[in-house]
Amino acid sequence: MSSQDAREQILSRLGAHKPGPPPTVAPHLAWSAPVLAPAERTASLVKRMEAMRAEIRRTPEKKWKEALAQLLTDKGPATLAYGPGAWFAKDLKTLLAKSNTEAKPYAEDAEHFRDTLFGTAASITSVQAGIAETGALVLIPGPGEPRLLSLVPPVHIAVLRASDIVSTLAEALETLSSGTTMASNVVLVTGPSKTADIELTLAFGVHGPKEVVVLLLE
Amino acid sequence: MHNDPHFDFTASLEKALADPQLGENFKNAMTGLRGKRLAIFPDADELAKLRATGKAVKARALSKLPELLVRLEANCVKNGIRVHWAQTGEEANAMILDILRAHGATRLVKGKSMASEETGLNHYLEKHDVEALETDLGEFIIQLDGETPSHIIVPAVHKNKKQVAETFHRHLPGAPYTEDVQELNAMARKTLREKFRTAHAGLSGVNFAVAETGTLVLVENEGNGRMCTHVPPVHIALMGIDKVVENLSDLPPLLRLLTGSATGQLMTTYLNCITSPRREGEKDGPKEVHLVLLDNGRTRLFADPQLSAGLRCIRCGACMNNCPVYVRVGGHAYGSVYPGPIGSVLTPQFEGIDAKGDLAGASSLCGACEEVCPVLIPLAEHLRRIRAEGQGCPDTCHVRGCGSKRTLAETLAWKAWAFLESNPWLRERLLRLAGLLGDRIPAVGPLKAWTSARTTPKLAPKSLRQLVREEGIRHE
Repeated sequence: MSSQDAREQILSRLGAHKPGPPPTVAPHLAWSAPVLAPAERTASLVKRMEAMRAEIRRTPEKKWKEALAQLLTDKGPATLAYGPGAWFAKDLKTLLAKSNTEAKPYAEDAEHFRDTLFGTAASITSVQAGIAETGALVLIPGPGEPRLLSLVPPVHIAVLRASDIVSTLAEALETLSSGTTMASNVVLVTGPSKTADIELTLAFGVHGPKEVVVLLLE
Repeated sequence: MHNDPHFDFTASLEKALADPQLGENFKNAMTGLRGKRLAIFPDADELAKLRATGKAVKARALSKLPELLVRLEANCVKNGIRVHWAQTGEEANAMILDILRAHGATRLVKGKSMASEETGLNHYLEKHDVEALETDLGEFIIQLDGETPSHIIVPAVHKNKKQVAETFHRHLPGAPYTEDVQELNAMARKTLREKFRTAHAGLSGVNFAVAETGTLVLVENEGNGRMCTHVPPVHIALMGIDKVVENLSDLPPLLRLLTGSATGQLMTTYLNCITSPRREGEKDGPKEVHLVLLDNGRTRLFADPQLSAGLRCIRCGACMNNCPVYVRVGGHAYGSVYPGPIGSVLTPQFEGIDAKGDLAGASSLCGACEEVCPVLIPLAEHLRRIRAEGQGCPDTCHVRGCGSKRTLAETLAWKAWAFLESNPWLRERLLRLAGLLGDRIPAVGPLKAWTSARTTPKLAPKSLRQLVREEGIRHE
């Protein structure tokens, strides 16, 4: 049977039955996440993400280049992939030219860059927003910063401005859908990849990054 | 594999109960999961609000299911996602194979998908020369051993680290024997990275599909789901038609309930929202995204005013973790894709009461499942309904295979009971006779089975009614 026939059959079976009107929740039972004052948001995000084993490095916004240089010295990755469209891309290039880390700009299609990326030690991406309630980074990959950057290399450095931290997931989703179309991919990240599939023993770094370092500009 | 018409539930339960290691593995894991869930929901009022809201969101989506599916389809198509509809598992499998063949794809990496377990996809693809590789760590482990998931969230929970160590040592080329969980993870990472890099296509399940935007939402911790949906040139998403929700704003309470109830997490490591394939100018992401909408018995549930509540299920597994039966026998004993309380409700409906109606008997109706269900599915009520349908209930019969559990002996017993209850004189005489027997009732037939784990009932010499007649009622 074709997909079109199946579609008609399924919809006609569903249409034959008229469920009641949509239920409503009594006002005293309606849930929404508590909204945090701006001052509490950063602290909440830091606390929650650290609990998820993300490393947070806080720095005053105007000293971010020094902080990033220090971070790269500390981690010492041989190679660092980045998206040429990131707001910090130009400064990063200058910075890397003076370091021992080789720059790997993700500037061509995955079909050509994929093998390079799978061999790259670390990556750096910008972050669209932070979510205080759950401790999460909102990444919106696109032409300037492709999807695989934050997934494939073992170390992911994420650059977040504290002023971009919103209170709740609901708030973040509202901004995402306010435009006419959603981005092709939106990913929320709370820390390094993990699993507890063997005896519920928590282990970090399964298929995604083993380390997530957030450079938090305040 | 799952649709074994000769499935013997009693034998399966006995086998599980006879394996002390299995019992130990489940007891440890389920105790851990229950503790984590309790810790993440410390505030009872907050949890009550969350559950009421979660129930209402899913119930609202179901109340306009056909409309939302059409809307989801229209928005997906607008976004460049190709949408397919399948009435049965066989249809879904064939469609997936067609897509793969159109790309000459013979290596498929799979993220976790219970719907694909329902359709028996791996087996089907292997028969047609496509390698279908599970990449969720738990699924990867059991696939190596040719097993099926024993839990919908933690599929390899029936194995301890020694057993996993043996599995890896046996099946992974050059893998040393180690019981170090970190090292075992590292082995899986190394093996699967190469597979992600070279796969021709990726397949995933869907946790929620948002009709308003045409967005597929996937929840995971490991990153294998992102690998399967971002790296290969083709992504196929398989979802039951019950997974659609109306708006993006419906997600926060559902996500909180799902991750909290399943693993005690405030949020998973990754929340992956896929709205379209690679767009103009983008450098990665699949060039094609396909969405397969699967019915496989769901429209049948939808038509039942009572049992349709089962379609609210968000597959968190909390009912299993809290079920005294599941915890003792584990998931495989149920011989079904979905075990535990929700499985005992859904499976007889999907596969027929004649084939799997016995599952509904594996419950003490203690109601622990209902107490934790994040979307307030009245599971005990549903279990009773499936049991009743097995006997055949003339007015409300609806489920496939209803009445198939009725036996002549049982029918006669009920007839005799009804006859006795409507003949007071005869009833009285028989009760007196029974009173004379006292505890000398011979334990034969069903009574023997019943008393194998219970104390034999002792009948009082005089009935309560008789005592009242003789002595009156003392108001103390």
